Amino acid sequence: MYVAVKGGEQAIDNAHKLLAEDRRGNPEHPELTLEQISEQMAYAVDRVMTEGSLYDRELAALAIKQARGDLVEAIFLLRAYRTTLPRLAVTEAIKTGEMAVERRISATYKDLPGGQILGPTFDYTHRLLDFKLAAEGEAPAPAERVDSAPDATMPRVSDFLNNEDLIELELPDSDETEVPDLTRAPLDFPADRATRLQNLARGDEGFLMALGYSTQRGYGRTHPFAGEIRMGAVAVEVVPEELGFAIQIGEITVTECEMVNQFKGSATSLPQFTRGYGLGFGHCERKTMAMALVDRSLRAQELGEDADAPAQDPEFVLYHSDNVEASGFVQHLKLPHYVDFQSELETVRTLRSEQMATLTKKAAE
Amino acid sequence: MNQKSTIVPELKERQRWMRVLAMAPVTALEDAWQALDDRPDYTLLRAPEVGSAMVRARAGGSGGQFNMGEMTVTRCVVRLSNGTAGHAYVAGRDKRKTELAAAFDAILQGEDRRIELLPSLIVPLENKQQTHRHIRAQKVQATRVNFFTMVRGDNQR
Repeated sequence: MYVAVKGGEQAIDNAHKLLAEDRRGNPEHPELTLEQISEQMAYAVDRVMTEGSLYDRELAALAIKQARGDLVEAIFLLRAYRTTLPRLAVTEAIKTGEMAVERRISATYKDLPGGQILGPTFDYTHRLLDFKLAAEGEAPAPAERVDSAPDATMPRVSDFLNNEDLIELELPDSDETEVPDLTRAPLDFPADRATRLQNLARGDEGFLMALGYSTQRGYGRTHPFAGEIRMGAVAVEVVPEELGFAIQIGEITVTECEMVNQFKGSATSLPQFTRGYGLGFGHCERKTMAMALVDRSLRAQELGEDADAPAQDPEFVLYHSDNVEASGFVQHLKLPHYVDFQSELETVRTLRSEQMATLTKKAAE
Repeated sequence: MNQKSTIVPELKERQRWMRVLAMAPVTALEDAWQALDDRPDYTLLRAPEVGSAMVRARAGGSGGQFNMGEMTVTRCVVRLSNGTAGHAYVAGRDKRKTELAAAFDAILQGEDRRIELLPSLIVPLENKQQTHRHIRAQKVQATRVNFFTMVRGDNQR
């Protein structure tokens, strides 16, 4: 347990001044603008929005600047700001099927309506450092454009499988008003899927990726295929009480991953593929893939599978996924624990002297 | 909640301009406001207020709803001297933009001004938004790929 301490105000003040000076860095170099961060560090902004659980590019860029690029610290800043906002609305469920697709790939079907669309991706790059980027001022070649119109509809891969009844259906709940919200009520167990998905959506990417990886290596294997990954803009609508009809308040960019997993069937049901789902703000493909793996793993009990791997244990996963909580508890260890430590020092000294006394006595005999 | 079955044409029209206003840059709305020859007086029934909206999504895209995270939103309600109320809910934290969107929503509800403002303000803004989307779609379409499956062990002789 840590204890309150007094004093040190001047030193703390000075430490923060030093931090501010270091944050600015060498004043001979131009200061970063929020626009530069938002435009050129876009994936950092996306991660901070996703795990900070607040879609606002400008605020996420500010948090990144303030945190000197420490993304977990930036996520903490955004979460703290989030708590100051009054909740003005709950949106209608976004329709990812009607997304203005910027990327859409499937690892299960080569040819599919709407096509495989790579979009802006690191895939198929050589991962060689590009020293052209180190030289300033060179504009990239403009992106190619083609005139062919995109396919009017881009059905989900899961819809093809649905048509043959080969994959489990995802149907809306009968009661759509009671959706659990972790920002209003603390995590409780057993946690239903809506609670788990909210937790995973704001969960730490590194933690979820390691857990997802562990399932691939055999700790709770689910035999996944990336059925579909899509990224793009979706409209956001709210129905204000005072109006009583839906209005579009804007658009947000999201990434969605649907994993298709094996399932052996049971005495009462024919074998069918099962699903894992991942969704996040901005372009966050790795995160949503990991989320989909873990979402599926957490359904082990519901699907009658053995649940003995870490990724299949809801309490283990959901209690440790939040990097704001995790960072707080890990880092609290550096706060003053002087009293605790003094008592432990006493204990160790006593134990040692008792044992020494016994040993000396034995030696004398 | 679901009014879709009873949507009347006027309501669809209003939803359209509210969407276009919400998606427009603040500079475009400010310029249009300043360019109005007879700007009406209005009072703030609800001053612009910044808050959050919880974004709902569905498991698997079509299943049960869950809360995916929040986004910032600003709302405002104005009233013209003739009693018409204008509403705006706009993504982000721009109070001025939201107030202008609410003011235009109020004005556009009057038929005389609507006849003038739909073609002079809403349609051009909507066209701009569509052009932007179209250019992006063209660039994205250029990345559409056809993969060819290589048959393993299929040696050519």
